[in-house]
Amino acid sequence: MHPVLKLLTQRIALSLILLLMISVLIFAGTMILPGDVAQSILGQSATPEALENLRAELGLNDPPVTRYFQWFFGALQGDLGTALTSGQDITSAIGSRLSNTLFLAFWAALIAVPLAIFLGLLSVRYKDRWPDKLISGVTLASISIPEFLIGYVLMYLVAVKLRWFPSVAMINDSMNLWQKLNSIALPVAVLTLVVLAHMMRMTRAAILNVMQSAYIETAELKGLSTFKVIWRHAFPNSIAPIVNVVMLNLAYLVVGVVVIEVVFVYPGMGQYLVDHVSKRDVPVVQACGLIFAAVYIGLNMVADIVSILSNPRLRHPK
Amino acid sequence: MNDYLKHLAQEAALGRMGRREFLGRAAALGVTALGANTLLASAAKAAGPQAGGTLRVGLQGGSTTDSMDPALATNQVALSVIRLWGEPLVELAEDGGLDGMVAESFEASADAKTWTFKIRSGITFSNGKAVTAEDVVATMERHSGEDTKSGALGIMRSITKVSADGDNVVFELDSPNADLPYLLTDYHLVIQPNGGKDDPAAAIGTGAYVMKAVDMGVRFVAEKNPNYWGDLGNAETIEYVVINDNTARVAALQAGQVDMIDRVPPRTAKLVDRAPNITVHSTAGPGHYVFIAHCDTDPFANNDVRMALKYGINREELVDKILNGFGSVGNDSPINASYPLFTAAEQRTYDPDKAKFHMKKSGYDGSILLRTSDNSFPGAPDAAALFQQSLAAAGIELEIKREPNDGYWSEVWNKQPFCTSYWGGRPTQDQMFTTAYLSTADWNDTRFNNEQFDQMLIAARGELDNAKRTQMYADMSDMVRNEGGLICPMFNDFVDATSDKVDGWVDGVKGHALMNAYAPLKMWVKA
Repeated sequence: MHPVLKLLTQRIALSLILLLMISVLIFAGTMILPGDVAQSILGQSATPEALENLRAELGLNDPPVTRYFQWFFGALQGDLGTALTSGQDITSAIGSRLSNTLFLAFWAALIAVPLAIFLGLLSVRYKDRWPDKLISGVTLASISIPEFLIGYVLMYLVAVKLRWFPSVAMINDSMNLWQKLNSIALPVAVLTLVVLAHMMRMTRAAILNVMQSAYIETAELKGLSTFKVIWRHAFPNSIAPIVNVVMLNLAYLVVGVVVIEVVFVYPGMGQYLVDHVSKRDVPVVQACGLIFAAVYIGLNMVADIVSILSNPRLRHPK
Repeated sequence: MNDYLKHLAQEAALGRMGRREFLGRAAALGVTALGANTLLASAAKAAGPQAGGTLRVGLQGGSTTDSMDPALATNQVALSVIRLWGEPLVELAEDGGLDGMVAESFEASADAKTWTFKIRSGITFSNGKAVTAEDVVATMERHSGEDTKSGALGIMRSITKVSADGDNVVFELDSPNADLPYLLTDYHLVIQPNGGKDDPAAAIGTGAYVMKAVDMGVRFVAEKNPNYWGDLGNAETIEYVVINDNTARVAALQAGQVDMIDRVPPRTAKLVDRAPNITVHSTAGPGHYVFIAHCDTDPFANNDVRMALKYGINREELVDKILNGFGSVGNDSPINASYPLFTAAEQRTYDPDKAKFHMKKSGYDGSILLRTSDNSFPGAPDAAALFQQSLAAAGIELEIKREPNDGYWSEVWNKQPFCTSYWGGRPTQDQMFTTAYLSTADWNDTRFNNEQFDQMLIAARGELDNAKRTQMYADMSDMVRNEGGLICPMFNDFVDATSDKVDGWVDGVKGHALMNAYAPLKMWVKA
């Protein structure tokens, strides 16, 4: 077997095992949460009779191991069960939420990733001069401010004062693409600001690292322009760390934007998960946990594979 | 000048001139702000409700886990959605009286044990079916019975039998109750076809609107029901958007994305009101923020300890700092002026000396443990800290234990002997006392077991003479005030806000926030 193929198979198998272990952890974790589903659903207005009726109806009296296997095999077949609180089918409910989350993440990534890499290249080109310092300063400042604060500031300036974009990023099926994009303009801007610095700094550091190599000096001596040296010779050799950090940030855009969703009232996965956590809707929490874990593991796996493939020593073994 | 002023007021009422601009011009003509506002309000009324348009509302409290089944409604969003499509038999009127909705009229037997409601003739559900007495009976059945999950179960317990008699529905009670119609205004009890037994979440009722889009915890759209019997509902389309974040909700109103919002945070309400196109409305209500002690658990079992705590709390300070003035001081009774048969008792005030005296008399000298959490009421941990300081001045040591929001209602409230909490209040004294102060009530969260009180409560229900009832409720309120475990420092106002694109707000409507949740139906979009 070709060593690259073997490496890739190993990676994928490892990821699957990891996902399996996480499914156990998620299930066990949600079991030991304090409180009681029935009580949480009924809230302060729970009478003892109503509680007992609901608990029996939800089947909260079966042993946990039985419930784990039922859940796990169901999930394998794409059946995530039904939500305890609303009785809705989780797979279809998550479907629309997940597509909203991916929609937001996609547009944020589409702007943030090329911009971050471009800014990274630019700051290497003008290393230690004012463009480098300006780019680093601005991006580091934007990552240091809490994201909800950036959200509120943009909301106040852009939505309330200038009225360019709506402050409530509500999207629904009756909107066309242009209306949707207009609606998510502010959250996309905030997310871009939040993830920019990390990717840009990593791009800068990785390329600078390569810039010390002898072959860069050769390229310079050949008389190539600085930008061409960076783009053609330095960048391909620093892809691995850059892809790693890009993937981490993409994963963040999918699983970590609950604060932004709340601030901009965006109907994504984060808000959906938090609502169900507070109501102890365990099947939904488990399903979301599993999806988030799969996204994280999947993107990291892609990062690993890209690093393997971008390494010529692995692609062409002796 | 007078004609010119009237003209200006009309312009302002029709939205051609901003409210601020009008007030400014009126001031230039020598009219006081109060006078100008009155003029504006009467001009707005004269301009009258305008039909059509889309009215958008930003609401707090919705969750993706909510259900469209009215039996399971627990928050302001669910309540507001029910108001659109459904109606109870009778509804609280703006002045605290009663309006007939699905029921045209009602009357009690002489002993107030049997009540007859006449169903309004010729009205239909939004699916076209005529409303019958059987539908009403089925609705009541669905909310009662021991297997129901309805939030109205507590109310239904005292009803022994509901039966249809032609166009009438007859309620038979286990004991006399002069307040039954008030109980039936409960928002869970909207009339559904066959009681909603076939499809409880279908949102089919007799309301002024028909649901067009439902996305739980996100967005609701409703359109005017063309066959609606009554005169509710001005806008053609009403859209609710759930905005749980306080800052985002206010920003949405300021940015013109919604026309009205509920729960303006008291801390920023005055700032919000300063915006030129926004008016903040503060409405006194029966809701109160409380410290509750179990009367049957040491050290609170000793009434002197409870009295020490009651004298050791600075009510004015809490209203100022926790409610930012959007509320009124409490008097250790759950009843305030928003109840129909209210009598004011002498106001209890902060008195560290008396607090010290009662504490000494009780013989207890240890510290007192108070549990609190952020969600027990807005600002609860801060209120607890202020309580700690005011008690310290009386030499009483209060220890504060912060509990997580998560599980507060299941693990702390109604379980631990002393904690912070809130009550939304009820339309009548009977309902409030029955829910939380009757010794057998599930939610007797102060463990108030007073035989005399229980007897008076039952007796007051059957008393049809209002003067006598008023006196009974005053006595009962005093019992809770002097012997109960309730330390009630403040009643919180509902603080809502509307933009100048809508008109028709009525001040002082009793019930829930946003004009008892009828503001979207009763207000209108200015042309």
